[in-house]
Amino acid sequence: MHIDVTVQQQDFDIAVETAALRVLDTGIGAIAQFVGVMRSNNEGDEVTAMELEHYPGMTEKAIGEIAAEAGQRWALQAVRVIHRVGEIKPGEQIVFVAACSAHRHAAFEACDFIMDFLKSRAPFWKKETLGDGSSRWVDARSSDAKSLARW
Amino acid sequence: MITVLFFARLREELGQSEMQLAFTGSVAELKQQLIEQGGAAWSALAGENIVCAINQAVAKDHFPIAAGDEVAFYPPVTGG
Repeated sequence: MHIDVTVQQQDFDIAVETAALRVLDTGIGAIAQFVGVMRSNNEGDEVTAMELEHYPGMTEKAIGEIAAEAGQRWALQAVRVIHRVGEIKPGEQIVFVAACSAHRHAAFEACDFIMDFLKSRAPFWKKETLGDGSSRWVDARSSDAKSLARW
Repeated sequence: MITVLFFARLREELGQSEMQLAFTGSVAELKQQLIEQGGAAWSALAGENIVCAINQAVAKDHFPIAAGDEVAFYPPVTGG
């Protein structure tokens, strides 16, 4: 199983990533993907920018472990995860998860699983700048903790 | 010596991102020592949602810390 995890400031191109996954293994029949995008509002307030802080080293390690666990639960050929850090603006891409398997159900479920665990385990923290110029740290959502319980 | 890292809101509350100190003992003992030595702001370390990692793996209060370890304390994560 191929696992490729990148944490980077620059944006990514999902067409490029998908093309790379298709040639990795000719047994891949299904590629399920998720893209997380920054919204311009949160908790009823206008958000003009976001700073994504992380714990270098542990982020890659934690996501790699989550991908490996997905590979234990489902028959996967590959997992690709890209998570951006630094300054992000509304409408920009934040995170990409792709799970590849022979058939679609494993790919869909693994992609969902990886995102749920990334949201709860991977050491990233978002600080948003609001329309009035103030900034605040985003709070973890209780719905994310509940999502984990599904697995 | 161990390295202790603080992230996000916790780093801002403590006014510090990194420190080195001589220490062996449990995570709970480290927190207690830092709170006792650090002053009022350091009580933030005792928050029930604060996560600890030792060498980049999540650790519980009773886990041991050895010389050379990298310890991190951070608030609930909000990535993705």
